[in-house]
Amino acid sequence: MSSLDELYREVILDHYRHPRKRGSLPDPDAHAEGQNPMCGDEIALDVGFDGDRIAAVRVSGQGCSISQASASMMAEAVEGTTVAEARALTHRFKAMMGIEEGDPGVDETRPGAALGDLESLRGVRRFPVRIKCADLPWATLLEALEGR
Amino acid sequence: MSSLPRLRDDFPILGRPMNGRPLVYLDSAATTQKPVAVLDAMDDYYRTCNANVHRGAYRIAEEATERYEGARAAVARFVGAASPHEIVFTRGTTGGINLIASGWALHHLREGDRILLTAMEHHSNIVPWQLIARLTGAELAYLPLTPDRRVDTSGLGDLLDERVKVAAVSGMSNVLGSLGPVAEVVAAARATGALVVVDGAQMVPHLPTDVGALGADFVAFSAHKMLGPTGIGALWGRPDRLEEMEPAEGGGEMIRDVGLYESTWAEVPHKFEAGTPPIAEAVGFGAAVAYLERLGMEAVRRHEIELTGYALERLAEVPDLTVFGPTDLEARGGVISFTLADVHPHDLATILDQSGVAIRAGHHCARPLHRLLAVPATARASFYVYNEPTDVDALVTALHGARALFGVA
Repeated sequence: MSSLDELYREVILDHYRHPRKRGSLPDPDAHAEGQNPMCGDEIALDVGFDGDRIAAVRVSGQGCSISQASASMMAEAVEGTTVAEARALTHRFKAMMGIEEGDPGVDETRPGAALGDLESLRGVRRFPVRIKCADLPWATLLEALEGR
Repeated sequence: MSSLPRLRDDFPILGRPMNGRPLVYLDSAATTQKPVAVLDAMDDYYRTCNANVHRGAYRIAEEATERYEGARAAVARFVGAASPHEIVFTRGTTGGINLIASGWALHHLREGDRILLTAMEHHSNIVPWQLIARLTGAELAYLPLTPDRRVDTSGLGDLLDERVKVAAVSGMSNVLGSLGPVAEVVAAARATGALVVVDGAQMVPHLPTDVGALGADFVAFSAHKMLGPTGIGALWGRPDRLEEMEPAEGGGEMIRDVGLYESTWAEVPHKFEAGTPPIAEAVGFGAAVAYLERLGMEAVRRHEIELTGYALERLAEVPDLTVFGPTDLEARGGVISFTLADVHPHDLATILDQSGVAIRAGHHCARPLHRLLAVPATARASFYVYNEPTDVDALVTALHGARALFGVA
């Protein structure tokens, strides 16, 4: 598979063209925004909690296929999980991207475990300029989960 | 297409591959590639006569000074200045505009005064004025754009009133390619005496420039956008306006005498060049200007018109591709910003990168303009003297490939 085919896999284009969990929440428990000023990617997240569980996530914003697909996959993956599980998934994703996290609790030897559709973003590592795009929704998620 | 000879062999970097494919460099609006003559001039300076300037009591220091001031004279001639004293060496266009802002505007503007800009300005011709407005209590106003994305000067007579003390306009947009309304603004400013500043970052490299004929008070431009090195540019100023400026930076070289509590300043332009200058870069700038003069700026402009015309024709063949900016070749330069279907410019740039084609994606330091265009980002291809029709062909082929990869029907 050529590098471009690895980068723009069907599942990524599908999430880009048909993004999941789009919109906003009428009364979110948490709201966070993130930007890649260099390329124009913008993400806004609304999160609703039910105890320590993420009951609802909605994504809005605009940007490149990598940032928007990653956001769509992220929202689908964390809705219904606990805050702790969402954080753990975020660190596993960042490990897959090769971003240093320094969290001793992460199982660095199995970064691909339970990543599902997110696995398709593995190809982004070969395009270092685009890693920030893939990470943007996850960095924004961590902001939204701050204090929980 | 023969306004310029084939120049690729003068530019060593154009011989390298990018991602295994021949490099097709279409980002000259961001920075230009350097000919051997410029590289050799800088290398030779360091190898044969590097010394600090203006102080030397020995031969090589005199030579260094000759090369530095010789470069200033060459830049002055290139833009049609009456004397080298009208050229201040700066860090670049951004440095030059900031120098006008803190050296002139800071001392001449007060609360209620206005600074007039246009909707297509680069951040470097917006933010310095915002800083000055905050410090002086002046306010900013903007000339809008016409539907074909040129500056709308129909309201200029009303907008450029007694309150406007500075009118700062781009000579050529780095996004739209549109030539700026310099003549109209100069004419309107005559009635009120407003200071006219031209952001010449794209204009001076791409259009024959005669500052006398232009009629503005200041023109700022950068060496690296015209075959020269980074880290240096020039600010041309009318002598009377330069005399009205306070130094923005103090230190060695810009003084005549220094006491414990007060100092006196050197003559213009040295008054605005504190510290040891980027001497090798100035020498490179002089060599760049000499290279362009050998080509002739009329020929440079004709070549760019031909190439841009060819590019617009070929881009029109690509379905779902939208070009921003005028289609009238006499009203624009060789900067083409565009979008392609729903393929984000960032993705386009990555795909083209894999084919060896270098374009830029983003807002090109013009976020207000992109908000006006109602697009988050654009892709941008830009030409200079070393580009040829085959570069356009490579761009179009790669764009068709991008459409296929993204499944655009």
